[in-house]
Amino acid sequence: MAARPISASRRGHQPPDQSWERLPRALSTSAPGPCERQAAEMSANQTAESHLLASNQLEDLPKDYALSTSGDEGDSAGERKHQKLLDSISSLNGKDRQKLAERSEASLKVSEFSVSSEGSGEKLVLSDLLEPVKTSSSLAAVKKQLNRVKSKKTVELPLHRKEIERIHREVAFNKSSQILSKWDPVVLKNWQAEQLVFPLSKTQSAFAPIEHVVSGWKAGTPLEQEIFNLLHKNKQPVTDPLLTPVEKASVKAMSLEEVKMRRAELQRARALQSYYEARARREKRIKSKKYHRILKKGKAKQALKDFEKLQKVNPAAALEELEKLDKARRMERMSLKHQNSGRWAKSKALMAKHDLEARQAIQEQLARNRELTQKVRAASESEEEEEGQEEGEEPLVPDMVNGVQIKANGLNPWMFWSHFTDAKEAEVQKDLEDPAEPEAQETSESEEERAVVEEETLLKEFEERRSLKQKSELSHMAEPVHRRVTKDPSSQEVLSELRALSQKLIMENHQSGKQELSSARTAQREEPAREEEEPVLLQRPERARTLDELGREGCVENKELPRTAVERLQLEKNLSNHIGAPKEKKRKEQMIDLQNLLTTKSPSVKSLAVPTTVQELEDEEERDQRQMIKEAFAGDDVIRDFLKEKREAVEASKPKDLDLTLPGWGEWGGRGLKPSAKKRRRFLIKAPEGPPRKDKNLPNMIISEKWNIHAAAHQVQVLPHPFTHHQQFERTIQTPIGSTWNTQRAFQKLTMPKVVTKSGHIIKPIKAEDVGYRSSSRSDLSVVQRNPKRLSIRHKKHLENNCVD
Amino acid sequence: METVPKPDSNVPPKKDRLQAKKKKPRRYWEQETTGTAAGASPGPPRKRKRNRELRPQKPKKNDTSGKFRISKKPRELKSPGPQRSLSGAQDPFAGPAPVSVEVVQKYCRIDKSKELPHPRTKTRSRLVAAEAQEEETSVRAARSELLLAEEPGFLEGEDGEDTAKIRQADIVEAVDIASAAKHFDLNLRQFGPYRLNYSRTGRHLTFGGRRGHVAALDWVTKKLMCEINVMEAVRDVRFLHSEALLAVAQNRWLHIYDNQGIELHCVRRCDRVTRLEFLPFHFLLATASETGFLTYLDVSVGKIVAALNARAGRLSVMTQNPYNAVIHLGHSNGTVSLWSPAMKEPLAKILCHRGGVRAVAIDATGTHMATSGLDHQLKLFDMRGMFQPLSTRTLPQGAGHLAFSQRGLLAAGMGDVVNIWAGQGKASPPSLEQPYLTHRLSGHVHGLQFCPYEDVLGVGHSGGITSMLVPGAAEPNFDGLESNPYRSRKQRQEWEVKALLEKVPAELICLDPRALAEVDVISLEQAKKERAERLGYDPDARAPFQPKPKQKGRGSTASLVKRKRKVMDQEHRDKVRQSLEQQPQKQEKAKPTGARPSALDRFMR
Repeated sequence: MAARPISASRRGHQPPDQSWERLPRALSTSAPGPCERQAAEMSANQTAESHLLASNQLEDLPKDYALSTSGDEGDSAGERKHQKLLDSISSLNGKDRQKLAERSEASLKVSEFSVSSEGSGEKLVLSDLLEPVKTSSSLAAVKKQLNRVKSKKTVELPLHRKEIERIHREVAFNKSSQILSKWDPVVLKNWQAEQLVFPLSKTQSAFAPIEHVVSGWKAGTPLEQEIFNLLHKNKQPVTDPLLTPVEKASVKAMSLEEVKMRRAELQRARALQSYYEARARREKRIKSKKYHRILKKGKAKQALKDFEKLQKVNPAAALEELEKLDKARRMERMSLKHQNSGRWAKSKALMAKHDLEARQAIQEQLARNRELTQKVRAASESEEEEEGQEEGEEPLVPDMVNGVQIKANGLNPWMFWSHFTDAKEAEVQKDLEDPAEPEAQETSESEEERAVVEEETLLKEFEERRSLKQKSELSHMAEPVHRRVTKDPSSQEVLSELRALSQKLIMENHQSGKQELSSARTAQREEPAREEEEPVLLQRPERARTLDELGREGCVENKELPRTAVERLQLEKNLSNHIGAPKEKKRKEQMIDLQNLLTTKSPSVKSLAVPTTVQELEDEEERDQRQMIKEAFAGDDVIRDFLKEKREAVEASKPKDLDLTLPGWGEWGGRGLKPSAKKRRRFLIKAPEGPPRKDKNLPNMIISEKWNIHAAAHQVQVLPHPFTHHQQFERTIQTPIGSTWNTQRAFQKLTMPKVVTKSGHIIKPIKAEDVGYRSSSRSDLSVVQRNPKRLSIRHKKHLENNCVD
Repeated sequence: METVPKPDSNVPPKKDRLQAKKKKPRRYWEQETTGTAAGASPGPPRKRKRNRELRPQKPKKNDTSGKFRISKKPRELKSPGPQRSLSGAQDPFAGPAPVSVEVVQKYCRIDKSKELPHPRTKTRSRLVAAEAQEEETSVRAARSELLLAEEPGFLEGEDGEDTAKIRQADIVEAVDIASAAKHFDLNLRQFGPYRLNYSRTGRHLTFGGRRGHVAALDWVTKKLMCEINVMEAVRDVRFLHSEALLAVAQNRWLHIYDNQGIELHCVRRCDRVTRLEFLPFHFLLATASETGFLTYLDVSVGKIVAALNARAGRLSVMTQNPYNAVIHLGHSNGTVSLWSPAMKEPLAKILCHRGGVRAVAIDATGTHMATSGLDHQLKLFDMRGMFQPLSTRTLPQGAGHLAFSQRGLLAAGMGDVVNIWAGQGKASPPSLEQPYLTHRLSGHVHGLQFCPYEDVLGVGHSGGITSMLVPGAAEPNFDGLESNPYRSRKQRQEWEVKALLEKVPAELICLDPRALAEVDVISLEQAKKERAERLGYDPDARAPFQPKPKQKGRGSTASLVKRKRKVMDQEHRDKVRQSLEQQPQKQEKAKPTGARPSALDRFMR
């Protein structure tokens, strides 16, 4: 209790404990003891409880106090003192503690707090006062009160007036903004509305549902009655036209057996599905790489077989399959699978030094990669080189300029590539085909075949083992022996079947192998063997062509040893290049500059259906004329002039550098002396490079870069509000709104006025009732409280600030 | 344009309940009839039925069967779902009529391929609204294509027959009388080679012979409006905005006559005019003169808007690009220059031929330009961006005159022969391999023009005027408000007033007319800069990146700093990348400096 922080007393106002300290002294200094008087008075008028309480306290005051109980002083003085006591006690409540003790005697020591501490020098502590009364329970109330008083904090200095006003304002603002914020959605809605019609009409209440209207309506005219009679007679459904009662009944009538059958069917299907799913899940969980590899191979083989079958049965579908395979190949080519970048390839590369197998595997992959990447490029390779050379010579004119001459038949220049590839289609087609059957490579040699078969059996066994393991785990090794017995014959059967199949395949291969040249492209090679069987296949144009090619190749390299796929490809490319040589040469001619753009011979119109008599005559003349033209235009070089003009235009449009050198400043001056290069470089302010010219890539074109000021005056020069970038704004003004470009309705809608007012109507301000709010101010607040989310961000911020304050 | 009202819900809105009360109560049969009418005609609601002899069965664009319905529709086009009538029958064609996507695409103008800088929410809502609006208007426009009932004509040879071998006489024999009457020859040998011009409606024809003969007539009815001899050499004739006014480029000055042949004006500032072009939407008469000046005359106010010196000698080849109203001039140095009255210098120059340019023509959409030069070549240029020749042909004599038809057929006059090439479809360039039609005239060609809205090619030659039949040349559907061949005098006057009100200012002519719908970036940047200077800081500058506080315990100071640094580095990297992109040009320049400079170089003088 006594340990009150002293710092509290340093403040301007007085802490309560001090007043407590003060109280007894005050009592002591005041001459008459008010105690008895108090008691007497109490008996006279026992009024307030507090008074009673106070009296009790004072009765129990410690005895060591010198209570001058002599009643020598006058009544009035006693009254005053009593009043003072009352005051001091009531000040315990903390209301007006500030009342200073009155000094009635002269004393030397006057404390800063105008408390006279005469007599004893030592400090008085409240706990000392209370010590003797510890035991008495009657003081509990006082203690309590003391505690209560102690727990109370000091009252802070009242804020500055301006400060207070500010807070008031803020609170008022928050309140009013909260109230107003209920209008935010309404305002926003009106702001975003395409059109506002004033005076605002109330939103219409919901339309009555059609059933109500219908039920309320009765057939009035005789015709109506007749119609409705008919309808009702047939029990035609009026509201729900899905099923007539008869139909419903027929639906209901389904025999029990049927239902049972159906149910059983469904059950069976469900069970099958679940089995299948379980199996798929199980297989999916298998992590063995070997298993997956074998599985993949097996699948590929199966696919090949299916394809062959399909070829026999349905060539068109087979063609489609082929397309798909081709697409797969292309996808693969696109992917980086066969680059050396994969994890596997990297690891193998590490191992390659020591491991022969790894090296082989890597080489295989490299070969495959080469094979994949070379193919399409093969046709255009040589040409590209030439292009590169040409570019080196004449960088001014891009090649695409010259691309024109090729397709004088009026093809789009952008389609140049496809056009060009059309010519090469045969080769490419052929190329595309063989990677479709890489998996066929194994089948060519019988040994490999056998290996594959083995693999397949392996796969089967693998699977068996796996399932067995699982089953055994499940069935707790109940009957393993029996299982094996039952399983073995089945696996044997499978094996024998596979053997038979492989044998067949080998036989086929041997047959075809006689005509075969290499180990690659088995699928194609099997075809000649089957030529007699399926003439239909030959009717497909590309296929026929590939066969042709094959034949040709056969002629060329009849006695050559089988080569690797890569070598073979190379050879083919050469061949195709050789064939396409004249075409290529022609194309090379067309890779020319601007000069040639204008001078090249373009196909002349011989096929004009002009009456022939004149045409024949003109034909000879024409030759002479052409000669004449050549001679006539030999002198004036139109192109050089044009290029010169263009260069000048480019120079003129370039921003100019600023040269600030002063000749003779810092060095020798005089006639014929030029400022040094270093100095010039130092004082040259380079102009920033402008945007690239529009005609940078157009050799036959000069486009003026001048700014059209007159047109710019009509352009928008300021970005309107919500837009931050001009492109965004441009997008919103792209559609024309004039009636020239729009239908009448669209035009009307596009040019609809934002606000429409009815003439002769008073436009009243919007009311809360209009938008569905109640009007009273309390409800305003409630609205806000109910949906606090509606408060705008600004208001929220304000609220937060307040909380912080 | 939409004339078909929607059978809408019949409940009157409560707003005008009063009026509804006054009105006669709606009877059920009114509703019923609309319902049955809709139900009674299953299948595509309206089909084109008109097949004329000259008009082929084009693959129908509006065919509704295979196309999906565009789902995003403005609300009023969408009916609330399958409406149920009282009988329970359902509307088999519920919802709005389907529209083909391709047709809608044709009317879409917003280029959505362009990537926009990321918009804020407010901006995004505006963008979305703009896109929705565009879609709605384009759907409406696509719907209204139904009203374009006419189909273009065609000419087809019997299996493998070359259409170029079909003579005019054969065509005339095959077609109906009305069409046959459109083929005629005016034998006017006396007054020398003729230039001719059709009015914009295609109804009127004017022609002027070199020796002063000028006439105007309603060529369909062959009613002569006026015929005069100006007693002076006539170089060119041209109708102004309507058939009532007629500009004649005479030997000395430009004269303007009315349809009675009365001389209204003599424009002396346009002297020695060789060619005339009229820009109908700007009311500008462009004249190219022997003195090398290109003069723009505003015929609505009679003022000369601009007189531009082409600095290329005599100008005798001129044509206009109907897409952007840019004038193309052909010059003797093989270039074609593009002009606008707003600029003193050509907008662009294209080198087309090795010899001089003899003729230039541009098709109605402004995508293709055909030029022929003294080197006997005929070239077809793509005018969109690349300005590259699409195809080239060497003609035996070279074409002296070229003309494009409304549907993209190209006619070339070579000596006394006219050749016409056609493309595969609309908006495809004519393929120069095989001529579509040829015709031999009685004299050398001097003027060529396809008649608008009629499958007719008018040829002025030294022997008079020939009107050829060219099936499939013209646009079959005309806009009655824009250029109506059958309009009355009153209608013409009305149209004149409207056209004058909608006159486009001359200075708006530029190479890309859509550029006007772009923001003037230069001024914008300038204003921004000035503002920043005035304020001392850039108010629009992006605030430096301040990483958001993460969840409690995650946002350590180190990670905050790291994130900040990350963003800073990214920005820095972008900057460097940009500067690197610009650098290679500089490096290339810097490279060829050659050997290292010697220390003794400083003593060199």
